[in-house]
Amino acid sequence: MAEQDRKKVQRKGTEAESEAVQPAAGETAAETTERIDELLDEIDEVLEENAEEFVKNYVQKGGQ
Amino acid sequence: MTVHKVCGTETEYGISVRNQRESNPAIASGLVVNSYAGTHARVQWSFEEESPGRDARGFGVGGVVVEDFDSALVNVVLSNGARLYVDHAHPEYSTPECFDPLEAALHDKAGELVMARAGAAAGTLLPAGQRMGLYKNNSDGKGNSYGTHENYLLARELPFADVIRYLTAFLVTRQIFTGSGKVGSENGRPNIPFQLTQRADFFEERVGLETTLKRPIINTRDEPHGDPSKYRRLHVIIGDANLSETQTFVKLGTASLFLAALEDGALPDPVALADPVAAVWQVSHDLDFRLPLSLEDGGSATSLELQWQYLEWLTKYAEQVAPDPVYDRVLALWASILADLETDPTRLADRLDWAAKLQILEGFRNRDGLEWDDSKLRALDLQYHDVDPERGLYYRLAGRGSMQRLFTDEEIELAVAEPPERTRAYFRGRCVSRFSESLVAANWDSLVFEVGEDTLKRVPMMEPLRGTKERVDTVLEEVADAAELVRALGGSHGRTGSEEGPAEGNGS
Repeated sequence: MAEQDRKKVQRKGTEAESEAVQPAAGETAAETTERIDELLDEIDEVLEENAEEFVKNYVQKGGQ
Repeated sequence: MTVHKVCGTETEYGISVRNQRESNPAIASGLVVNSYAGTHARVQWSFEEESPGRDARGFGVGGVVVEDFDSALVNVVLSNGARLYVDHAHPEYSTPECFDPLEAALHDKAGELVMARAGAAAGTLLPAGQRMGLYKNNSDGKGNSYGTHENYLLARELPFADVIRYLTAFLVTRQIFTGSGKVGSENGRPNIPFQLTQRADFFEERVGLETTLKRPIINTRDEPHGDPSKYRRLHVIIGDANLSETQTFVKLGTASLFLAALEDGALPDPVALADPVAAVWQVSHDLDFRLPLSLEDGGSATSLELQWQYLEWLTKYAEQVAPDPVYDRVLALWASILADLETDPTRLADRLDWAAKLQILEGFRNRDGLEWDDSKLRALDLQYHDVDPERGLYYRLAGRGSMQRLFTDEEIELAVAEPPERTRAYFRGRCVSRFSESLVAANWDSLVFEVGEDTLKRVPMMEPLRGTKERVDTVLEEVADAAELVRALGGSHGRTGSEEGPAEGNGS
């Protein structure tokens, strides 16, 4: 793609961006951290107990 | 659109019997399929019409083994028109033929629920302490991959060479929003901590018939499961299994719209990558979306730039043809995803599996000080895809409201039982529900009934958009049993009868 075309594409991209549907209003950095910490705590409760053995025994042959 | 874009997915699930030494995946897969309580009866799949060795480029390949004979024993048709079966060493779910990408995304999720239930039922038959694990992913992290395939109905007139010329760069670059993410790399590709897709490392050819080795970007299997003089079924093998509803919808929706525009001759000259095979893993390994890909014309462009270009093409196409409003949703979601990839990809953690998974992995790395080669990160990667709603990390995110959803649990539940209403899957599903005792075999384009006469009665379904609720509900309501149904449809002896399909039976 020529340099000129590429710039055009990026400019179009910026236009589309302004029209795009955006997710709900953003959270603060502190809120994000808190949310992720809670998530990790929840995952701790359900994560496979022996990660190394779980990963080692997960072998999938014969797939498409 | 020249041909309505009927579509669907087929997914091989990873399987692992926890705490069982030397488990046999084929036996475990059979246990899963046979344990599923949602089958009204064991209606068998028929392979009569299938020919996966036929090549879209116009030649056949001899000696392709279709299936082991025994696999017919674990191959069933469900009341929603889907197929649940064992493919070699994996349980596999093929959605019914869906009317549009939103319905196909819904039925893709219904497949997860079917697998979760089948796995739970199979688990009750295992010795104490063992558990059935089923994973909607595409790699074991040890060099073995298994597929998630998309199917799209195409017009036979569309030259396959055009599909290759146009679709290759689209499929390579769409990985930035179709990937489910993976820790590490495989198959001799360069080492990397994390990449966008499960499948990219396994693609080794531009075009080909194979699906299990030397996987091609464009798969040429020419098996239309419909009238071969009118249709192709494009079999896309380069996508990931997605848990995110948004992602499956956008993956199927963008490809459907692209193919419709291609059929309508509405696309400008194609963009050709200089080395598409290398670009597959390069795009997947590029978490900044800034890697310039060399083009055949001597220039270069990034994956993101090319996707913006495709969005522009298809936005223009949609303005011209005003397709169903479902495609407006596709375009809006696609634009929002590209915009976030451009400015802040972490915002995609609520829509794209790779971004959601990466957020979890980075969270654990930060909290626990883990290096990328820590087994715990690989375990988290696998467990993201566990279909058990308690254990699967995707479901944990969704349960916390952290994933944007398109469907309610009730809608997914309904799709487990009920077929799509606007394709021939409706007729198949209803016949499974009502006449399973007489239905001796089924496949994508026919049903075979035993109605107490000398010969079996075969009802062909060569048109994917016949056999719909609108066309067959009247006749289904009027008949008391399968014999009456076959008489009402004018069912054929063997394969000599009408190839028009069940819609003709009710005079519509």
